[in-house]
Amino acid sequence: MKDRTLVLIAIVTLVLALIPLGITSNVVLNFLAFAMIITLAAQGWNVLGGFGGQFSFGHAAFFGIGAYGMALLQVRFGVNSWLAMPLAIALGGAVGFAVGFLSFRARLRGSYFALVTLAFAEVFRISANAWGFTGGAAGVLVPLKLDSANMQFADKRMAYWLALAMVAVVLLITHHLTASRFGAQLVAIRENEDAARALGVDTLVVKLKAITLSGAITAAAGCLYTQKFLYLDATIAFGPWISVEALLAPIIGGIGTVFGPLLGAILLLGLGEVTKTLFANLFGGAWPGADLVVYGVLLIVCVAFAPRGVLGVIQRIRTAAT
Amino acid sequence: MLKFDIFLSALANGLMTGAVYALIALGLTLVYGVLHIINFAHGAMLTAAMFAVFVCHAWFKIDPYLAVFILTPLFFGLGYIIQRFVIMKASHGDDSNILLVTLGLSIITENGLLMIFKSDTRSIDVPYGFSVIEVGNLFLSTPKVIAFLVAFVVAGLLGLLLAKTDTGKAIRAVAKERTGAALSGINVDHIYAVTFGLGAACLAIAACLLMPTFLVNPRVGQAFVLVAFTIVVLGGMGSIPGALFGGLIIGVVESLSGLYFGESLGQIGIFLIFILVLLFRPTGLFGARA
Amino acid sequence: MSALLEVKGVTKRFGGLTAVDDASLEVQSGSITGLIGPNGAGKTTLFTVIAGFEMPNTGEVVFKGESITALPTHKRAIRGIARTFQIVQPFAGLTVRENIAVGAHLRHAGRSAALAKADSIGQAVGLGPLLDRAANALTVAGRKRLELARALATEPKLLLLDEVLAGLNPSEIRDMIPVIHQIRDNGVTILIVEHVMQAVMSLCDTVYVLAQGRIIAAGTPGEVARNEHVVEAYLGHGAAQRMRKQGETHA
Repeated sequence: MKDRTLVLIAIVTLVLALIPLGITSNVVLNFLAFAMIITLAAQGWNVLGGFGGQFSFGHAAFFGIGAYGMALLQVRFGVNSWLAMPLAIALGGAVGFAVGFLSFRARLRGSYFALVTLAFAEVFRISANAWGFTGGAAGVLVPLKLDSANMQFADKRMAYWLALAMVAVVLLITHHLTASRFGAQLVAIRENEDAARALGVDTLVVKLKAITLSGAITAAAGCLYTQKFLYLDATIAFGPWISVEALLAPIIGGIGTVFGPLLGAILLLGLGEVTKTLFANLFGGAWPGADLVVYGVLLIVCVAFAPRGVLGVIQRIRTAAT
Repeated sequence: MLKFDIFLSALANGLMTGAVYALIALGLTLVYGVLHIINFAHGAMLTAAMFAVFVCHAWFKIDPYLAVFILTPLFFGLGYIIQRFVIMKASHGDDSNILLVTLGLSIITENGLLMIFKSDTRSIDVPYGFSVIEVGNLFLSTPKVIAFLVAFVVAGLLGLLLAKTDTGKAIRAVAKERTGAALSGINVDHIYAVTFGLGAACLAIAACLLMPTFLVNPRVGQAFVLVAFTIVVLGGMGSIPGALFGGLIIGVVESLSGLYFGESLGQIGIFLIFILVLLFRPTGLFGARA
Repeated sequence: MSALLEVKGVTKRFGGLTAVDDASLEVQSGSITGLIGPNGAGKTTLFTVIAGFEMPNTGEVVFKGESITALPTHKRAIRGIARTFQIVQPFAGLTVRENIAVGAHLRHAGRSAALAKADSIGQAVGLGPLLDRAANALTVAGRKRLELARALATEPKLLLLDEVLAGLNPSEIRDMIPVIHQIRDNGVTILIVEHVMQAVMSLCDTVYVLAQGRIIAAGTPGEVARNEHVVEAYLGHGAAQRMRKQGETHA
């Protein structure tokens, strides 16, 4: 059972790694690279929301910290990208810990926790928009210096492979989580917090570990975003779009599973592209928001009919078949 | 002297905006008090209501203050249907599902409006838009004064409805003890939907009061909804007087901190209040319920 | 025998209501001690204070000679106190084995060790064939056993049972009683809050009776059953006298 998941991780990673060798289309490559970024953000959300049952509506807070951390460390402090990334990821973890410490100690759960995370993301967004250090409303630009020493690759495939490698690492971490004491305790908290406490689970510590890990993983997505687009502003980094995608991908793919966020991110973005193209072809012009409407519908449909996402549906079909 | 006048006018403006905030928060707190859910679609529903006012005026030449009589029942009905046939059905009654479904509704509404109206900011042009009432040294915007008064009347009516009518009593019964209410023959699903409808109706009224002086774009609700959340949390989830006082307080805080620290930092002030109250007094300043 | 658990003068108030009023009791090491009383007597409140889910207003809870009054629940579990819930609280989405393993993880960091422990405990309480079932697919009796199994998996010194027999039918109760005896025989001290009198009589070495928040009697089940205060607490004022009179006329 354990080994099967490991083998699956290896196969999935390998297949994803081989795609750009066969298909050289820039569109496909950009799509995949972006899907990896969303996967990371979503996998971060999944650790806390999927396994721990603590639904955050403001994971943009951690994404943005990673993105801005990555950008500002390079631009303002001249830190090399390869060093900036682990630092920014650590920063994301630290902010996760801080948000968690404040909220969980105050015993916020359910809607209250969702609200407070949303508020944190908004505070960060408004602050980043107003503060000179973060570039204010103009945002921050990372100078283009194509060199792998700067984590800016002339060969776009390298950037994708880097993102994929990080996704693979996070898949391994998540897999390890499912087979560890920490993971079991986290799931126990999701299912019934009082019962978990009675069984000796220090719920505060477990939740804090989870949100720290969650913040760090989602911050990694932000780092990659910065290196891919070399530009940030407050709405990109801390805006609701990323909070929504980080939450949707696991829910659509399969909440609280190892592969759910990856599957969900690819499906979600794919569907978004299809919707945009479809609307443009049918009605002409750009239809901003069309993809998001589909996301919203998908969210409700998933909650209503597929509470465990696509993976849950697949499992149901397989059990029905046997 | 001049400084004091500016302060007074900021204070008055804050109170007047705060009354509309209170009205928005009223819908939110009512729904929370009865259904024990936070309606994340509240902001998007407000945006939809504001666009409805815009459409009424721009396409059908209906004055916002007349539109209130069309839009209030319309939004009540919409709210009723959404709660009874979407939220209830899709969430299977599970709390975190409800959270997600209302989030989904908010995404759909907001981006649906974005598709239809694009991201342009729109406003309506009414003859009284810039008229003022003179009180002492103060010049108060007439639409804002109207909004202030109407908000209180609506809050009063809502209070009366809850206190005196059979439906109101049923709503309070469900809020207190759902199972007991169901056992005594109250149709809980119906009452939930009525409550949700009332929340939506409050938004329609608020939109009609706002539009003569405010702009609308598909994202405008976001700004309002976090303010409304702050008010509700500050006033105590489910408390109607709490929403009123909370609304006024937040209106004044926003107006004064905007005056002294600039607009964007004024906003941060609200969020900080929000986070602090959530963290240190999640029952609110007026609320008693845990 | 020495006292494993001592409750000293515990008072717990909710607003104006005094749910537990200066209650004291001792649980001897190796015993099965019962806590009984009519509805609303404060049993559950006292129980939650002992388990650490509520803090008392005054008084002390002493475990193995050390005060644990201020200790949070999970730390009590580490010291060796486990509890079950009257209204069962399974981890609904997990299998029976995974449920028990959460308890086992308290003393076993490794996943396989915890799962192995879960298996053996599951077998011991009679859940062997159901280990792979989802917890929410169990019957009420099954869930009660699961409560027991999870608590046991933490390898407690003291097991607090909150009405594990309530809601079971007579044959299910008969099946459960030997399980509880077995747990004690394996060296676990038990404090049991119970409604089902027949069970208390056959299980407990010592019984405390709580009425209106106060401990009104203590002793062996037989002694307590003959105690006039207890009879009055259960059957109302004057009941003991009436019964005595009835007894005399019958004799």
